[in-house]
Amino acid sequence: MKRFTLFFISYIIWILLVLPLDLQTLILGFFVALIVALLFGKEFVENYKRLWHIDRLFWFLVYIPVFTYYLILANLDVMYRVLHPDLPINPGIVKVKTKLKSRSGRSVLCNSITLTPGTLSVDIEGEYIYIHWLNVKSDDVDLASKGIVEKFEKYLMKVFG
Amino acid sequence: MNNIIGYIIIGIGVLFNLFGCIGLLRMPDVYCRLQAATKCVTLGICFVLIGVVVIVGFNPLGVKALICMVFILVTSPTGAHALARGAHKSGVKLWKKSVCDKYKDKESK
Repeated sequence: MKRFTLFFISYIIWILLVLPLDLQTLILGFFVALIVALLFGKEFVENYKRLWHIDRLFWFLVYIPVFTYYLILANLDVMYRVLHPDLPINPGIVKVKTKLKSRSGRSVLCNSITLTPGTLSVDIEGEYIYIHWLNVKSDDVDLASKGIVEKFEKYLMKVFG
Repeated sequence: MNNIIGYIIIGIGVLFNLFGCIGLLRMPDVYCRLQAATKCVTLGICFVLIGVVVIVGFNPLGVKALICMVFILVTSPTGAHALARGAHKSGVKLWKKSVCDKYKDKESK
């Protein structure tokens, strides 16, 4: 079942990549997806059954506009700092805590953190993430978590929680 | 009409890439440079690809551009994360005016 999920996803991606369709590419894609599923089936996400949950997919779709908003905000923020003559930065590495349990949830959280205003995830260790922050407001674990992690966590908890 | 909108979007994307490059030159250390490079360049490339989709419409080429966008959104932060971690592990110092370094505290324990 795990392998079938991976097969299904890779086959869909193959089909989208080789449009317009004809029989040759469909057959070739079938075998490519089969090889991928057989080789990497073990490495696939642990809670693969959640990929079939409609409500999780719905919350993921809700998450996309939120993420896009912060992505554009991040760019305007970096633009302001880069173009400002005094270079107003106040960098440092802080430690934050996440409530997410699953590994895929944590990696999505880390990627989101990297693409949002002034933060870059450096390392993850258990439930703590080390984050390089361009404008450190507080080096306390709880306060930093509130500023950085919480805005995504409430959505990601519904998707991966 | 679609062409004009598409070219404007591509122009915005190139502008964001330009700011990313300026950031790369102006920032003081590796980590700040990564910040500027990752964020601006990712959004810049996304805008360029959206512009391509607007110009060519929803045909095979447009779908490919959208898939490329998803791949870039997934891989670019991962790459930045790996670079930052590698830099810190190999002993690259933070900028001298940096406020705190919790990661170093953890490594020296």
